[in-house]
Amino acid sequence: MRARAPTRPAGLGWLLIAAALAWLGLAILLPLASVFVEAFREGVPVFLAAFADPDAKAAIRLTLTVAVIAVPLNAIFGIAAAWAVTKFEFRGKTLLLSVIDLPFSMSPVISGLVWVLLFGANGWFGPWLEDLGIRVIFNVTGIVLATILVTLPFVARELIPLMQSQGTDEECAAITLGASGPRTFYLVTLPNISWALLYGVLLCNARAMGEFGAVSVVSGHIRGLTDTMPLHIEALYNDYQYASAFAVASLLAGLALVTLAAKSLLEWRFGGELARPTLPAGIK
Amino acid sequence: MGFTVFYLSAIVLIPLAALVARPWEHGWNGFWETVLDPRVLAALRLSFGVAFAAAGVNVVMGVLVAWVLVRYDFPGRRLVDAAVDLPFALPTAVAGIALATIYAPHGWVGALVGPVGIKIAYTPLGIFIALVAVGLPFIVRAVQPVLQDFDAEVEEAALTLGAGPWQRASQVIVPAVTPAVITGFSLAFARAVGEYGSVIFIAGNMPMRSEIAPLLIVIKLQQFNYAGAASVGLAMLVLSFAALIVINMIQLAFARRGVR
Repeated sequence: MRARAPTRPAGLGWLLIAAALAWLGLAILLPLASVFVEAFREGVPVFLAAFADPDAKAAIRLTLTVAVIAVPLNAIFGIAAAWAVTKFEFRGKTLLLSVIDLPFSMSPVISGLVWVLLFGANGWFGPWLEDLGIRVIFNVTGIVLATILVTLPFVARELIPLMQSQGTDEECAAITLGASGPRTFYLVTLPNISWALLYGVLLCNARAMGEFGAVSVVSGHIRGLTDTMPLHIEALYNDYQYASAFAVASLLAGLALVTLAAKSLLEWRFGGELARPTLPAGIK
Repeated sequence: MGFTVFYLSAIVLIPLAALVARPWEHGWNGFWETVLDPRVLAALRLSFGVAFAAAGVNVVMGVLVAWVLVRYDFPGRRLVDAAVDLPFALPTAVAGIALATIYAPHGWVGALVGPVGIKIAYTPLGIFIALVAVGLPFIVRAVQPVLQDFDAEVEEAALTLGAGPWQRASQVIVPAVTPAVITGFSLAFARAVGEYGSVIFIAGNMPMRSEIAPLLIVIKLQQFNYAGAASVGLAMLVLSFAALIVINMIQLAFARRGVR
């Protein structure tokens, strides 16, 4: 079997390329360009002022805090889940895999809603926790929980196909030679998956920092306290402070571009050590 | 192993149990009254209908983009290839305000089509455009590997046997990519049904007309109507799983036909 190499386009080819590029331009490039144009529409001072605002600083700090908690937790979960699924045989594996994938097919709003149902004022555990003085909803804890739920599959989805294709031979060899379980993991498994892990973490982080729907349901929109960057953008936009809204948005768009560049670099440089994307496995 | 199951239960299963249990607080009737409310029905119809249409358009444009990226060598191909993933990486709120601004009456595109009498922002058409932009990468990324691995010899055999370009496309290539197209379609559809951030800014959010189902959940929560919010959420979840199962069955039927 031999795949066909890309050819130099001729007449019809150029037409198809033009159509595809026009569509991508309209759907992808135009919105991206507009973010940066609108951000600077009222000049550089207004752009910079958007970040001097204490609420904006608080929002940036909160977004970073949430990502710093949620991403490592999901990375650890991703490794554990991939390890369990690929190195052991057990019943209910398919079910486990579908549960891991579940957050991808749920509306982000539902991912926020479920936490309100548990911990909100009328929630199952809400009143009880309130008596103990613990607030989850309209608080940072809720935002972290919602973000963890939304970004849960990213690392696991990246690692599982890769570890599946690598099999268990190397681990078995290490164990036979007398290495302990943890030692096998650090010296054999981890080096084998490090680039794929980085890839998954990258995508997980991009989503964690940009999540809007789930977080907006649990946050309560208290400015300077529970507004993350995307929520701060919404608040500014609804206040008709368009230039400031787009200034903060341009920061997130910049993050998306950096993520994309790093992702492409990983694919290009270490493509062989990543899971082959048979499906849009990374971000679904 | 134990950690995996514990973490999944705490983060996914217990919260979902709440979603399944809460709608019945006001009994069986309470659930149906909420879901069959005309405003809720209109929102569900809008969310699912527009998501379906957007995924359908993306099938055509996504296959085109994947084809161009795999088959032709043109300057900037790698850059374009990387750019396809942008809707995945760009936060939905950012995409939302950008699209709303472009398609608003005085925006870059809105000002162009306005004089012709087309209104995009704050209508269902705006929702459609946002969902198309969000769903495009799913189809491209599903189809691309299949086209890449497509055996050139099969195509050459068809050429030698005298098949014209149209016949080669419809009888050799289409059957090969159809399963991948269906997979991409279902992913784009599932994402579009639940999409919130990129839609609410451009939608206008008029009840009965341009109000999507996820927004209705948010509204009900703001009124502290937990049972109502959970009812709409559960209805959305059940409907989208039903849709995905149907799509899966269609795909299975195709796979079986291919074997024969």
